[in-house]
Amino acid sequence: MLQIDSWKRVLIWLVCVAGLILALPNAFYTRVEQSNDAIAAIEIGADTPENQALAAQWPSWMPSSLVNLGLDLRGGAHLLAEVQVEDVYANRMEAMWPEIRDTLRPERATIGTIRLQPSEPDEIRVRISQPEGMARALEVVRGLARPVTSLTAAGQNDIIVAADGSDIVVTLSEAEKLASDERTVRQSLEIVRRRIDEVGTREPTIQKQGIDRILIQVPGIGSAAELKSIIGTTAQLTFNPVVNRTSDQNASAGIGNKLVPSIDEPGQYYIIEAAPVVTGEELVDAQPAFDQNGRPAVNFRFNTSGARKFGDYTRDNVGSPFAIVLDDEVISAPVIQSHIPGGSGIITGRFSVEESTQLAVLLRAGALPAGLTFLEERTIGPELGQDSIDAGKVATMVAFAAVLVFMALSYGLFGIFANIALILNVALIFGLLSMIGGTLTLPGIAGIVLTVGMAVDANVLVFERIREELKTARGPSRAIELGYEKALSAILDANITTFITAVILFAMGSGPVRGFAITLGLGIMTSVFTAIFVTRLMIVMWFERRRPKTIEV
Amino acid sequence: MRLRLVPQETSFDFFKRWKLWLGLSALLMVVGFASFMVQGLNYGIDFRGGTTIRTQSAEMVDVGVYRDAIAPLELGDITITEVFDPTFAEDENVAMIRIQAQEGDEAVTSEMTLAVEQALQGAVPDIEFVSVESVGPKVSGELIQTAVIAVALAIGAVLIYIWLRFEWQFALAAVVALVHDVILTIGIFSELQIKFDLAIIAALLTIVGYSLNDTVVVFDRVRENLRKYKKRPLIEVMNLSINETLSRTVMTSVTTLLALISLFVLGGDVIRGFVFAMIWGVIVGTYSSVFVASSILLYLGVTRDWTKPDKTAGNQFANVDA
Repeated sequence: MLQIDSWKRVLIWLVCVAGLILALPNAFYTRVEQSNDAIAAIEIGADTPENQALAAQWPSWMPSSLVNLGLDLRGGAHLLAEVQVEDVYANRMEAMWPEIRDTLRPERATIGTIRLQPSEPDEIRVRISQPEGMARALEVVRGLARPVTSLTAAGQNDIIVAADGSDIVVTLSEAEKLASDERTVRQSLEIVRRRIDEVGTREPTIQKQGIDRILIQVPGIGSAAELKSIIGTTAQLTFNPVVNRTSDQNASAGIGNKLVPSIDEPGQYYIIEAAPVVTGEELVDAQPAFDQNGRPAVNFRFNTSGARKFGDYTRDNVGSPFAIVLDDEVISAPVIQSHIPGGSGIITGRFSVEESTQLAVLLRAGALPAGLTFLEERTIGPELGQDSIDAGKVATMVAFAAVLVFMALSYGLFGIFANIALILNVALIFGLLSMIGGTLTLPGIAGIVLTVGMAVDANVLVFERIREELKTARGPSRAIELGYEKALSAILDANITTFITAVILFAMGSGPVRGFAITLGLGIMTSVFTAIFVTRLMIVMWFERRRPKTIEV
Repeated sequence: MRLRLVPQETSFDFFKRWKLWLGLSALLMVVGFASFMVQGLNYGIDFRGGTTIRTQSAEMVDVGVYRDAIAPLELGDITITEVFDPTFAEDENVAMIRIQAQEGDEAVTSEMTLAVEQALQGAVPDIEFVSVESVGPKVSGELIQTAVIAVALAIGAVLIYIWLRFEWQFALAAVVALVHDVILTIGIFSELQIKFDLAIIAALLTIVGYSLNDTVVVFDRVRENLRKYKKRPLIEVMNLSINETLSRTVMTSVTTLLALISLFVLGGDVIRGFVFAMIWGVIVGTYSSVFVASSILLYLGVTRDWTKPDKTAGNQFANVDA
């Protein structure tokens, strides 16, 4: 007979209640959003009474996650940028020349004179005047190779050294190119994020897409052109001589000097010479490493001209500190331990491993490592988004009402059960969307409307089946039971196939289409849940109370 | 009194003219495909690159003025259409301007968009640009590829799923019906030259899902009845199954259409093409599950021996009953 264990009943109602509570903040969207923003503002220090009041608009014990609105609903700018990863190869090769020259110099007896030759941008060609010494020259240059720092290419070297007549040709290995591309994209991503965070807009989306692309979506920004100009501004990284340290933020810096704050020691200021020794544009690489005592440090490398300037400066200033300055903030001010020729050096300090990694990122993040080309740009005005929301709301309401009335007319009491389940269903979709931080787009609204239409399908299948079973008449309770039992395979098959298409859409699609796939997929899950658990429970509870001799579906 | 769209007992003969229905579907597919080949689709910028600008002004839209303003920039093919919608306010005059991808540009250039905006502002002072979208040809090419792969993958996945759950005849019949739906949908987009963009691909996949939903429900009943009435001829069993599920088929189509039509009328013009594709898909999908999928299944025939596993058709999952 019709039986559902009490623990199952409790569980089903709990899921429904949880869905409703999670969905609730969305009903008070503006209020909750203001409250969330105010709380975030208080956390970063803007603890004003105004913010306190805004924060108190929504009780803190209630869930406060909201469904994110997609760009097409909120308005904003969307950019798809491609990172020109090859730009980096040329810089790397250029920077290798002094290293190669210095390594080959002691071997001049065997290899003769060495001369840099014109070459393709992604290789470096060095001619030696005594080709008999090639074997030795190759051996020495190969000594410069370093293992590739990536997980997949462990054990491979970063450069390939080959002989071409009397030329030594050095190119980056494929493994290193891959590792380099990955680093380049990661750095670009980091810089873009820093740039956009600085402007302080709400919840921007900045993600890597494919191998060398970055997707940038910033709600609320005026236009894609504006967004591009923000990203285009490169971070200014400079290396300046330090004149003095002070904790007085009004200290007079003196002519030709400037006062800049320290990034990680609050209240600490440095007086530095305004003219930098070297700038970040001349840095080719920075990697977290360890110094000879095993303490975390950061390795860095300059290009040719940077290396010369840096070499000269360090030779003349052993023992004095120099500052690494990013956008007028000192990230670190190490003391020069010794002359640093060759353009690479190590920054030691009181770093933890995380800090050294962070510093390496910051150093690299100074300037965009490679150019960005924009493949796609979209600007959606906020009015258009608001119009779409309004139209979507009205359409959803009307769709909802039409389906509710139609169901009630067709199935009477059972139709009303299905309607309650349908309302729960939409609440569950919103609850789940808020919980996973999903994004609602315009096609996503269409997905919900479609779900409203299709969610009744599972119930319709069951109800029609109950009607059929009633004809063979073995009593209403048996008919209900058989109705559910026999409709189950059709419900599952039908919904699994639709779910498969939703998964494919999610995997292949992007932006608005993906938003549609999410609501469609969630809608299928919640509609199956409500149809086979919630309406069934309602029907069973009604049946237990009334014990009708006959039922009409 | 209950609202009943379909009488309680029906005994329509759905297969009296099954050759006619299949012929009609085949003809429509040929027409749709021919239209696609001859006329092509009215691709949106997602698929062919270029820029669309949506403008809004209090002044009435005069396409000629817009065209004259942009013409000196020599941007090649430009389409300007005025957009009408019942949801627009009195002083909301909207136009869509589409500019082809500029030759030699792999990426998109803001300068061009800016120049167009300035030119238009010169001609219509109160004009606003509510949305500006540019897609470079590099991405649009990939988007077409991804879209085709997505649709093919969806159909392939479905083929496999139904094959596992039913038998190969069911899977083939369902997939023919799906291809039928997809071709007819592409056909009508080509015939009416409605803008075909990424969202329409989403709609296509949903149609695939919906039509399949319908087909599977019918097939599920066919499978059940084949077990129940072991001796009755296939054509009778199928007619019975379709009649038994008819009430459900109509109910679900009507509720879905109710929801979609309200979105079509009230949802605004941005989403209208998308919703149109879905409405069309629900109608075509419902038709195809009864008249195409079932007719083909009838034509292919079904292995009736459900008691022992058949080595040539289906596999151990074919008999799984959830």
